[in-house]
Amino acid sequence: MSTDTPDAPSDDAPSRAELAARVDELEDALTEATAEDDGKKMSIIATKGTLDMAYPPLILASTAAAFGYEVTVFHTFWGLDILHEKRSKNLKLSSVGNPNMPVPNAVAALPGMDRVTTKMMEKKIDDNDTATIEELIETSLDMGVEFQACQMTIDLMDYDEDDFYDGVTTGVGAATALEDMADADIQLLV
Amino acid sequence: MSAEYDISETLDVKGASCPMPVVKTKQAIDDIEVGGVLEVLATDSGSMSDIDGWAGGTDGVELLSQEEGDDVYKHYVRRTE
Repeated sequence: MSTDTPDAPSDDAPSRAELAARVDELEDALTEATAEDDGKKMSIIATKGTLDMAYPPLILASTAAAFGYEVTVFHTFWGLDILHEKRSKNLKLSSVGNPNMPVPNAVAALPGMDRVTTKMMEKKIDDNDTATIEELIETSLDMGVEFQACQMTIDLMDYDEDDFYDGVTTGVGAATALEDMADADIQLLV
Repeated sequence: MSAEYDISETLDVKGASCPMPVVKTKQAIDDIEVGGVLEVLATDSGSMSDIDGWAGGTDGVELLSQEEGDDVYKHYVRRTE
């Protein structure tokens, strides 16, 4: 049986003072890390501008904001139309390419059919008291959701920065979106 | 009404559908005092699961109870911080 005292300091073991300093250092690092990771974050990339595809990012954004998430929605390509004050009130539903539509594709491809199916959907939305796109955007903005409009596609589509809802961030690109995604707990491409 | 709470505020979201019952509940609870109870009246049947899920995943709120009445779903949420 050894008679060595287990706590006795040996030459290569760190001293009590060194250990205490190391503990302090680690505690500081932990405080910093938890403070930085305080809030939950969600990042959504919205790329579609049809009426049906405009809903999911807005519903998830407003709901995540209600959960206390810091939410960023980066709108690019047709997704820009969701933030476009005028176009957002007139988003269309495509009647072609969706086999769940009540009309066969051959009929759906006829001129004016998109207008018909859009009207049908708008009526359903109204009858069901489903929030409109405008309502969801205004509510999300109220709750602190950050809507970003991709500058490259603003230029590509020939939109003006004033075309978007008040509160929409312009002058941002892919790097901004990537930074948000890297930092987020939830990342979605819609 | 069977729930016996000292209700601070009643939010009527009858008719509204997802995501509005949850979103309006969040907005309303932020406006009441800590410790206060918010009564939410909804007709959206999804609100039973949604408000439960929201309260479970959100800091500072506690779901006290939910009731399924005649066509109206009642939710009682306390603000805890």
